[in-house]
Amino acid sequence: MKVLMKGNEALAEAAIRAGCHHFFGYPITPQTELAAYMAKRMPKVNGTYLQAESEIAAINMVLGASAAGIRAMTSSSSPGISLKSEGISYMAGSDLPALIINVQRGGPGLGGIQPSQSDYWQATKAGGHGDYQILVFAPSTVQEMVDLVSDAFDLADQYRIPSMILADGMLGQMMEPVELPEEGAKQPVEKTWAACGHENKREHNIINSLYLTPDKLESLVLERYERYEIIKKKEQRAEEYLTDDAELIVVAYGASARVARSAVNKLREQGQKVGLIRPITLWPFPVDTLKKAAAHTKQMLVVEMSMGQMVDDVKLSVDCKIPVSFYGRTGGMIPTPADVQAEIEKLLK
Amino acid sequence: MKNLNMIFAGFGGQGVLFAGKVAAYAGLIENKEISWLPSYGPEMRGGTANCSVCISDEPIGSPLVTTPNVLVAMNLPSLDKFINTVEPGGTVLIDSSLIDKKVERIDLSVHYVPASAIAEEKGLKGLANMILVGKLFHEVCAANGDFGFCTRETLDQAIQKCVPARKAEMLDFNRQAVELGAACGI
Repeated sequence: MKVLMKGNEALAEAAIRAGCHHFFGYPITPQTELAAYMAKRMPKVNGTYLQAESEIAAINMVLGASAAGIRAMTSSSSPGISLKSEGISYMAGSDLPALIINVQRGGPGLGGIQPSQSDYWQATKAGGHGDYQILVFAPSTVQEMVDLVSDAFDLADQYRIPSMILADGMLGQMMEPVELPEEGAKQPVEKTWAACGHENKREHNIINSLYLTPDKLESLVLERYERYEIIKKKEQRAEEYLTDDAELIVVAYGASARVARSAVNKLREQGQKVGLIRPITLWPFPVDTLKKAAAHTKQMLVVEMSMGQMVDDVKLSVDCKIPVSFYGRTGGMIPTPADVQAEIEKLLK
Repeated sequence: MKNLNMIFAGFGGQGVLFAGKVAAYAGLIENKEISWLPSYGPEMRGGTANCSVCISDEPIGSPLVTTPNVLVAMNLPSLDKFINTVEPGGTVLIDSSLIDKKVERIDLSVHYVPASAIAEEKGLKGLANMILVGKLFHEVCAANGDFGFCTRETLDQAIQKCVPARKAEMLDFNRQAVELGAACGI
């Protein structure tokens, strides 16, 4: 039978069931239940829960654990992710997989603690320094949070790249019914690169992100970008809802997509031809889905809980062939379905 | 059933989040789509606490209830904050031992339940929330109207799911409170 769980707790339980027995964190609202749940559950699976002295320490513990070849994760909310970004860049530069969860709140600075999506750029473009990308997943239900955790771990391992689940305070705090996977999921990849004990039976492995010779560093970055190209081809995900005959398509992810879906349903009842594309991966961005849709719809409306950070990606995906407008709230404000509906009606006039 | 969009509101410690969770679990047991979204942060500490609960046959869009068709208000600031957002024809349950005010709107079905006084009198201190839940189920959720979706047995199972094992002794008190609420004012 399904159980009722908060998004934060469901993420934690799903991670444990995906074989992640090492969690390093530091408390911050609105993700704290995740860490609290880990603190309770980890000892029962002989795992490690550690509240570090800071976010920077926590992410570097994840780096160390991952370098030793084990599944590790951390979670935080927006300001904490800024602090962790240095470590995420180091992990990207060391080709280390891990799961980082961001339960977003309003920013910039300490901002507020209510739900927001204003870390889109940080997650998909510019977390830390250097030429790198990470996988970014955007669930919109508690069940999808559970389902994406094991995918995020598996793909991180497969491509040797950090994964992020970009949630928000609404998804983290809300309860919905979930079906949890069985414990002890198979991990797909053998980590022959791991820096762990080997009894002198092989050459030692080195995990490092410092390369002082430019041509060596360049070649490593280029190799990484070849992997990114494969990821862009193979791992794009999006959900299409009532888009076939839609004259206007809303593009929204996460909590905003839920709001947008309510607005789309209301307008469909009135006979308006509107639909929704919901990116599930934000990097790689679901370019193919949007490009295809652009060929048969007249315009798109991006709805976000930010000042429009996803708009550029949508415009690039549709090659600016159709008009792309934006509606959003920020600072912790949540748009209502009526707001989005009014915006769509304005555009359809 | 029609979509049930509820707000449970009061001050921190009255159990409004718990009451909402019981309602949500009842929906889950009846195989409905449900969501439960709490207010969180500073407003919970000493101010108003509230939660949005949606129960529906369809997947829930926004879990944030902005126009409830059921409001359960356990203090005056909560009643003042939400009363004008209730949908015309909606149901409002008020703990009348804590709220003196009468609702001015005439397009709502309002139930004044002296829940805190009943709880005090029957030795069920702290369970005014469940007395209101009892009334809510009697009037709305277990009734034959548009919003009826569950039986009293379902409600009982939901309470069992929500009372933690370490507080098992509270189970019967919760049930008594629900009984009192359901019988209240009939």
